[in-house]
Amino acid sequence: MRGIAGREKRYVEVVSDTSPEGTVTPLSIIWDTGVRYQIDQVLDRRQAHSLKTGGTGIRYTVRVGSTTTHLWYEGPRWFVEAKVAAMPEW
Amino acid sequence: MDTTRAILHVDMNCFYASVEMAERPELRGRPVIVGGDEENRHGIVLTASYPAKRRGVKTGSALWQARQACPDAIIVPPRYGLYMRYSRLARDIYYQYTDLVEPFGLDEAWLDVTASAHLQGGDVMLIARDISERVLMELGVTVSVGVSWNKIFAKFGSDYDKPNGLTVITPENAQEVVWPAKVKDLLYVGPATTRKLNQLGIFTIGDLACADDELIRRRLGKMGAVVQSFARGQDSAPVRPLCPASHDIVHEVKGVGNGITCPFDLEDETSARQVIWLMGESVAQRLRAQGLAARTIAASGRDFHTLASRSRQATLPRPTQLTSEICSTAANLLVSDWDFAHGEKLRGLGVHASNLSPAQDTVQLDLWGVESRRQRMLALDKTIDELRFRYGNHAVRRLSELCDPRLSTLDPQRDNVVHPVSFFA
Repeated sequence: MRGIAGREKRYVEVVSDTSPEGTVTPLSIIWDTGVRYQIDQVLDRRQAHSLKTGGTGIRYTVRVGSTTTHLWYEGPRWFVEAKVAAMPEW
Repeated sequence: MDTTRAILHVDMNCFYASVEMAERPELRGRPVIVGGDEENRHGIVLTASYPAKRRGVKTGSALWQARQACPDAIIVPPRYGLYMRYSRLARDIYYQYTDLVEPFGLDEAWLDVTASAHLQGGDVMLIARDISERVLMELGVTVSVGVSWNKIFAKFGSDYDKPNGLTVITPENAQEVVWPAKVKDLLYVGPATTRKLNQLGIFTIGDLACADDELIRRRLGKMGAVVQSFARGQDSAPVRPLCPASHDIVHEVKGVGNGITCPFDLEDETSARQVIWLMGESVAQRLRAQGLAARTIAASGRDFHTLASRSRQATLPRPTQLTSEICSTAANLLVSDWDFAHGEKLRGLGVHASNLSPAQDTVQLDLWGVESRRQRMLALDKTIDELRFRYGNHAVRRLSELCDPRLSTLDPQRDNVVHPVSFFA
């Protein structure tokens, strides 16, 4: 099994809902491979800096299945701290 | 003297370099330099990170000097849009503590929390710490904060302990903290004032505070009295609230200026005049767009060899927004001040219009027809403005621009960021 070499800032497609008051709720994340990850719950929402990949924006702490992860809204784009797989050792 | 005020000065440390490190974590802890474009001869250090500064890199020095001091420095180009975004986000945080926020450039701001501190529990130190932690958490940038009863000492406090420091200056500890510092550490004491004060045997802020008022006034004039009152903490200037809705600097416009570092040297009067007309024209255009007229015109030049700047100004008999009057005044000032015949060369120049007043819709005509001629010129200028607005800045160009292809690379119409650089503005 390959480990994680690090994290990279990756901009992703997000389906979101905007309320009449202007509150934005992300509903699902669509990966560049086309796989759609349904967001089951938004646990937290705050302005925050990404320590791992750099950048700042509104950070949504979301639950996707049993995993809790972060999603940033950097207006007008969304990004995640994507895992970068380690190269296998020969 | 009101010593009950609670003023904070928040300074984002090594701002441009810190933002670059916040955006690119791989740069953290490395000697990072944000530098201008060397090809266009803007190759100076705009900001350096602390590891670079420790190795002797100085803000404002040439990039080649910086490379000599620190060969492994990582030099990155500036991204002003990004810095403005971070500046705005930081102000968003400040506005959650008070509506009295006065930005001082992109990276500094004064906050008056005297009336709003009770909303946060009444502890000003707690507010200062909270702001510092929030800026780090939310933006990834460290700030140093100065707390005092006046703006001058608050600014002194934020410079006192960098990075990420918090310094409180009260009437009780001011003499202990501020007075031993060198006199140049005080806001508005520049190299020339420092030299004059040193000649009087005044080396520290305490020396200045205790010096004879009359002596200081005689040697340094009105500004001497002002800086002496600063040294004594007798500054009652209010924190001027800006517009929280626009999150923008809405200072009353005091002057309109435009300057450029040329990609080529200006070795003779003709080319200097050509460039100054380009700069002056954009100044005049901006004055007309804002419905303002200026009475004082200044022209400045930067020497090719020493990189030192000097400027001259003239006051006109009546306010003007005419391109021809502004440009010819500026050009005459410049060529009278620089001796091109004896080898003086310019690296850059600028035009500045001040002493502003609203442009008059009605004018008093005179017997000699001068005013009616000026009105015709103004109508022509406004028509050119209109053409440029509709069809772009290159729709109407000066013959000198077309004759000298080098001039077409100059862009006097760049976005102008308004920096409220003057404390007295």
